[in-house]
Amino acid sequence: MKILTVCGMGIGSSIILKMNVEKALRRLGVTADVEVADIGTARGAAAGADLVVTSGELAPQLGEVKARIVVIDNFVNVDLITTSLADALREAG
Amino acid sequence: MSDTLSLLDLLPEQSVQVDASADDWRTAIRLAGEGLIRSGAATAEYSDEMIATVEQLGPYIVIAPGLALAHSRPSPAVRRTGLSWVSLRTPVRFGHQDNDPVRVVVGLAATDHSRHTAALGGLAQLLGAPGRLEELLTAPDAATVRRLIGSFEPEVQS
Repeated sequence: MKILTVCGMGIGSSIILKMNVEKALRRLGVTADVEVADIGTARGAAAGADLVVTSGELAPQLGEVKARIVVIDNFVNVDLITTSLADALREAG
Repeated sequence: MSDTLSLLDLLPEQSVQVDASADDWRTAIRLAGEGLIRSGAATAEYSDEMIATVEQLGPYIVIAPGLALAHSRPSPAVRRTGLSWVSLRTPVRFGHQDNDPVRVVVGLAATDHSRHTAALGGLAQLLGAPGRLEELLTAPDAATVRRLIGSFEPEVQS
């Protein structure tokens, strides 16, 4: 599985998000590659991803992507990220 | 020489400002920019770039309730990787639908995409720990902020 975390610049919030997504995946016992992208390159990078994780502010700017989009509004709350990912993974089958 | 930088390496005392006053989000970001200027991490242009980022992409930098991670991309305005910390006396609205108002602005200047990764991970853990943000927000001075950050032992990443 491939998961993309997206922020505006790919150097700040998406790195925090990536680390906490990885932590959440460990809790869920799910193995995945987590990569970081900025909003400018996210659409292309999302082509090979199963999930795209980003904020509610940036999600509408992604445009059309095939991957399921998971919106996270608190990047430092690992409990919340775990719940959101678990829901998305369940819905994705 | 280590390839990774700790939080305290990146956040010298002169880059920490507590009980600061800002009338709006642009001023709050400028204060975070000034912390980066004082430590030599960035030039004044970087503050404009951080503001432009929000103007272009929206207030997504408000990554948790009360917390903005002000940053732009690596540019000539970034001299070296560094962080700044501004806690606000009166919270400021950034226009974020869930996480407003902002009580602390962390400024980030980065020269590349990797050397600050460990420090950011430590920051995320620190701010995600229950009660820790509250403790940091009520710290009376810069030295206390740094001491609280230094006393936090990040969980080792597996």
